[in-house]
Amino acid sequence: MTPTLFIEQMLNGLGYGFMLFLLAAGLTLIFGIMDVMNLAHGSLFMSGAYVAAHVHTRTGSFLVGVVAAIAVVIVLALVLEVLMFRKLYARDHLAQVLATFGVILVADDVVKMIWGAAPLMASAPAALAGPVELLPGLLYPSYRLVILAAGVAVAVGLYLLVNHTRIGMLVRAGASNRRMAEFMGVRVGQVFSLVFLLGAALAALAGALMGPLTAVQVGMGEEILIPSLVVLVIGGIGSIRGAFVAAMVVGMVDTVGRAFVPMALKAFLSPTLVSDLAPAIAGLATYALMALVLAFKPAGLFPARG
Amino acid sequence: MKNCLSLPSLLTAALAVSAATSALAADPIKVGLALDISGPFATGGGETRDAMNLAIKLLDNKLGGYPAEFIQADTAGSPDQAKQAVDRMIQQNRISLFSGPTPSNVALAVGPSLFAAKVPYITSNPGPSQYAGAQCNPYFFGLSYQNDTWDETVGQHATDQGYKTAFIIAPNYPAGRDHLTGFKRTFKGTVSSEVYSKVGQLDYAAELAQVRAQKPAALYFFLPGAMGINFIKQFVASGLSKDTVLLTTPASSDEDTIAAVGEPMLGLFSGSQWSHDLPNAANQKFVAEFRKAYNRYPTFYAAQAYDAILAMDAAVRDVKGNVADKPALLKALKAANFQSVRGAFKYDNNNFPIQDYYLRVVGKTADGRITNKTVATPLKAHRDAYHDQCRMK
Repeated sequence: MTPTLFIEQMLNGLGYGFMLFLLAAGLTLIFGIMDVMNLAHGSLFMSGAYVAAHVHTRTGSFLVGVVAAIAVVIVLALVLEVLMFRKLYARDHLAQVLATFGVILVADDVVKMIWGAAPLMASAPAALAGPVELLPGLLYPSYRLVILAAGVAVAVGLYLLVNHTRIGMLVRAGASNRRMAEFMGVRVGQVFSLVFLLGAALAALAGALMGPLTAVQVGMGEEILIPSLVVLVIGGIGSIRGAFVAAMVVGMVDTVGRAFVPMALKAFLSPTLVSDLAPAIAGLATYALMALVLAFKPAGLFPARG
Repeated sequence: MKNCLSLPSLLTAALAVSAATSALAADPIKVGLALDISGPFATGGGETRDAMNLAIKLLDNKLGGYPAEFIQADTAGSPDQAKQAVDRMIQQNRISLFSGPTPSNVALAVGPSLFAAKVPYITSNPGPSQYAGAQCNPYFFGLSYQNDTWDETVGQHATDQGYKTAFIIAPNYPAGRDHLTGFKRTFKGTVSSEVYSKVGQLDYAAELAQVRAQKPAALYFFLPGAMGINFIKQFVASGLSKDTVLLTTPASSDEDTIAAVGEPMLGLFSGSQWSHDLPNAANQKFVAEFRKAYNRYPTFYAAQAYDAILAMDAAVRDVKGNVADKPALLKALKAANFQSVRGAFKYDNNNFPIQDYYLRVVGKTADGRITNKTVATPLKAHRDAYHDQCRMK
């Protein structure tokens, strides 16, 4: 294996990790602070992808597409919050899971009604269609670099917001002990709404950025929701730092599984057998990692609640 | 006592009469069309539906001049869902003819029910090696092509060009394995890597990193629908196009892919039994009608789907609408008494076509349109590699 191959695969892993982080950050805040299990987070991701692809094709501007996606999804989230989540805060997790699962089904059908069942092919902006030479012999798609940059920017931004602002302090207080925070006079309701919208915006951003790499299709939200939940569990519920570390680890493990396990197996197995086995091993690796973390740290790597 | 007996007997008589009259009044001939409107093969499914609807419209909703009813269902590219839909078509709708699925795994899943119910399946796309060889069946008509043959055409081209190494990739499902087997059959260079990706996979970063590490002369891929669209885009975005020639099948080089990818496809070679620029009269009429109806050029999916309806039309005409006479219907289907858009062909012993295969390349026309141009005929009157494994005579 050449060093460039290794570096390229690691960059791919980081890119996937950042996408997971954008989703898991929102999930972990909503679950950690509001104690609400929101399965519909994947639907917000999907909505972001569809709106971005739609607006991008209409206006020809990728940036306008991303901004529109975030704006529309924030409005959607606001409607969801007012109509549904406010009634769910006091209910148990089963009621929340059922209600938000219902949102998934409705969202998938609404998207089918508007855009049809066939996937939309979103494209990256023309300026980012080519490669960039990172090292001699290592050309890397510039769009993937933009995703990496966006991921880093969001991670830094969230870190500053949560650890160095007053709002962030209230968020952390709510996450570590909600009742105590209430007793201290924090208007938890307002913090809740803010966090929910922030999470939705991050999901929309992830969807808008992911669209051109995959295809924009019904069910894309559920597909990424599951690894995001794994990230949430590994990182520790309510912890942004945990979500970040876990997302990077899961992204790496997934890429190692997808890229290097087949290469290793190919030495002694037939190509069709390798392609049957390798994804299974890669898939298992992520869950094995989760099981391992839970065995030693049942609350995840960086639990918000001490 | 008499009254009690008469009611059921009256009912039976009434039922018998109504059954007899409805048979006499010529029920429409029912045709099942299981289409991949959603899912990983949706681009092919949409083209198939549009071309079938066009043929049905041109035939005025009739087959061979007899009223016909076309029952459509979405399979979502899923063998399970397709099997349920087809079982329903057989049992509830009592279909007499069948066509529609895009992928081979769906064709393999629905075949057994259809063959058991003696419903002829005229394929509008997949030609799995199983149905061409040991599992060949008189009720399956591989009207389009046998999966391996496209790739044998391109493999021959790669050998002729003297490419030393090739990286080959396909999704891990029956057609993917057939297509790569076909390429390896005629490619005489070294296959540096044979990779099977997941069906529906859309991010090929991990695979393209391997291509970069191996620097093959040619990269051969069979990735139908959205998979191929993403693959080409990501291949170009990775800057691999200056060292490696891209070769493929019509499933990733036709109008649907060109519409989504555009310029980066210039110079892409593929092998096929059909191209929109074939000069025969049936093809010219088809392309003109399709453009008039949908305002775009048809793909091979559309051409094959149109052919499938024409094949049914000809067979029903030959049996004078009596589709219940199965031996006569099979004989009429095998005679293929219609003008195919690909030009002349005839069925081999395994019900797969003996036909010419063309090499096509994506280029620009004088008015700047990006499209395929037929440049050579590497395989003439070609028979597939499995016909001698089929026990049908």
